[in-house]
Amino acid sequence: MEKVFTRPNSLKDIPMHYCPGCTHGIIHRLVAEAIDELDVVDRAIGVAPVGCSVFTYQYFDFDMYQGSHGRAPAVATGIKRVVPDGVVFTYQGDGDLAAIGTAEIVHAAARGEKITVIFVNNAIYAMTGGQMAPTTLMGQKTTTTPFGREANSNGFPIRMSEMLSTLDGASYVSRVSVHDPKNINKAKKSIKKAFEMQIAGAGFTMVEVLSSCPTNWGMSPKEAVKWVESDMIPYYPLGEFKVPSEV
Amino acid sequence: MARVTFREERCKGCELCTAVCPKDLLAMSKHINAMGFHPATITDMEQCNGCATCARMCPDLVIEVEKEGKKVG
Repeated sequence: MEKVFTRPNSLKDIPMHYCPGCTHGIIHRLVAEAIDELDVVDRAIGVAPVGCSVFTYQYFDFDMYQGSHGRAPAVATGIKRVVPDGVVFTYQGDGDLAAIGTAEIVHAAARGEKITVIFVNNAIYAMTGGQMAPTTLMGQKTTTTPFGREANSNGFPIRMSEMLSTLDGASYVSRVSVHDPKNINKAKKSIKKAFEMQIAGAGFTMVEVLSSCPTNWGMSPKEAVKWVESDMIPYYPLGEFKVPSEV
Repeated sequence: MARVTFREERCKGCELCTAVCPKDLLAMSKHINAMGFHPATITDMEQCNGCATCARMCPDLVIEVEKEGKKVG
């Protein structure tokens, strides 16, 4: 009997603290598999955010750092400039990246910092108790929009990938989803591609991953992954928004 | 011939694996684990071809899949 599926080496064998059905676990695995397959575990340096994935540094078995809220791209910039050989990435949620860290992510991309950003978009502030995030969809109920998000007082959701792909410093920007096994495989390819490009010396690379939050959406895990497909993907279309011209 | 093993103590009972099995072989156990969840299990191991779709969907890396390798020569 040959093992066809097992835990990647760079993901520690400890239980994760995430809620049942939270897709953070899947995304952690995809990042760890990409690092393993590219054989860069000795060079990998991750920056954990603030949010549900704040304990990311306990799960990855390589160098990890934890930035203050939203500042992961600034911290990663410093790390990459001091350790140019490092494979430096940030792992950020939508509250972290698209709200408090908007300045850091936009300027990291504009400067073309040679870092990879894994942006986990679940359309809500999850750790703090399900408040509206910049990525919350129109009509979506959260604890701060109990009647659904509406344009008059809450404005419109931000499509970060599209926005950042307009910057010249961004080399690779894509959006993927982990709501079913087929899309999980695609997400894996995209994450691996972003790391490959960083290793090849390209500029800023980002993969936005649509994720589910059953707890704060008030759904079962099965309903939540269906909601990603039926409601999130129509607003946040999947695909590659920026690919290098030479490829 | 394939073998699927579940680390029951890690399963949070989210049921995502049961929804993606192409042969619909997965179900939740009747008993509960230490965390109080009904862990996932396989109903008919003989039918499983080791595609590992369930393992790819599992957020908590509960599932490990082994398969009879191709014979050399």
